[in-house]
Amino acid sequence: MDGMHDMGGREGFGPVRYTPGAPSFHAAWEKRVNALYSMAVRKGIFNMDEYRHAIERMRPYHYMSASYFERTLTSLATLLVEKGVLSQAELEAAAGGAFPLAGPAAPGRVNAPDRQPLAPGDRVRVRDEHVSCHVRMPGYIRGKTGVVVSISPLTPFPDAHAHGLHAEDEPTYDVAFDALELWPGAADPALVHVAVFESYLEKLG
Amino acid sequence: MSRLRPVTAEAPVESRAAAVEQLLDDKGMEATAFVDDFAAHADAHWVSRNGAGVVARAWVDPAYRARLLANGRDAVMELGLTMPPHHRQLVVLENTPSLHNVIVCTLCSCTAFTIIGLAPDWYKDLEYRARVVRQSRTVLREMGLDLPPGIDIKVWDTTADTRYMVLPVRPEGTEGLSEAELAALVTQDALIGVARL
Repeated sequence: MDGMHDMGGREGFGPVRYTPGAPSFHAAWEKRVNALYSMAVRKGIFNMDEYRHAIERMRPYHYMSASYFERTLTSLATLLVEKGVLSQAELEAAAGGAFPLAGPAAPGRVNAPDRQPLAPGDRVRVRDEHVSCHVRMPGYIRGKTGVVVSISPLTPFPDAHAHGLHAEDEPTYDVAFDALELWPGAADPALVHVAVFESYLEKLG
Repeated sequence: MSRLRPVTAEAPVESRAAAVEQLLDDKGMEATAFVDDFAAHADAHWVSRNGAGVVARAWVDPAYRARLLANGRDAVMELGLTMPPHHRQLVVLENTPSLHNVIVCTLCSCTAFTIIGLAPDWYKDLEYRARVVRQSRTVLREMGLDLPPGIDIKVWDTTADTRYMVLPVRPEGTEGLSEAELAALVTQDALIGVARL
């Protein structure tokens, strides 16, 4: 999903509000919301991929203006409504006002039929695909070339797992990209490593 | 335009959060009890001194360092630490005098929180997520880490179930320190890679 959440490489942002040893939480409700979504995951009401995608589905102006834990809260409430645990009317009555939720999901997808195992040292290209479902491929690597550095254990395929579809678990590959190939002439020199699912990659000869 | 909904003022975020907790309690899910226990557990256990202890052990024990770099998840469990099921792997990134590693999650906020502590506010902000992959050296300089040109940068974007931790370079002049004294030198910012020690 080419949404607001896909932040890597976006321009126009100012300095990071950095203080050494900064806190994780600024208000008591933030910690409680963090715990509530963990409870829902542990109870099996939704999984981590559904949780991530419900944040991504927030309306763009809401996503950009909400604090981090307001996004957590919105994802939690959206999924509780979609799963039939609560209703939006109940939420608005209890909250005493409007309770904006995330937008609807597009259909998910299963593994690429022609995916193939890769090995460290392989040169790969990230498939030039645009999918409207949940996807863990940041837009800045789409169509780009890199080198496989290592292999990670089998992981549920997020494009299916966020949408209630059955798919095979896949390895992910740590792929190294040259920042100056990702953003030619417009980046600080660095290697950018991304964990990429097998279905997103094609091997180069 | 029959689908227009009446305009209602948005409830404050604190009220929305309280509403979810209250409604889950009302439905018998014992949310408040879970939240209280969870918060106490997080405060006590998901702290950066876990990762600091891992680093200190790696600095004093070459065999442990080798195991940590080969399989981070097993190596931190040796020290009694835990990782949630969806953190399937811990990759430990070794800094050297000529290499600096820095971690980000451009898509959200993923971190090895049981090892390096819950993510600080700035790590989850739009500015850090947008910029550190593309302007790594500039952003680190703005954050107080001015790397000399001889140090290369690797940025690690946490996009799957692999989690990362930086193994900082042991500072000079620490030869006589105990493992506990060494651990006290290691900050969360150094474990993320926005500081060197």
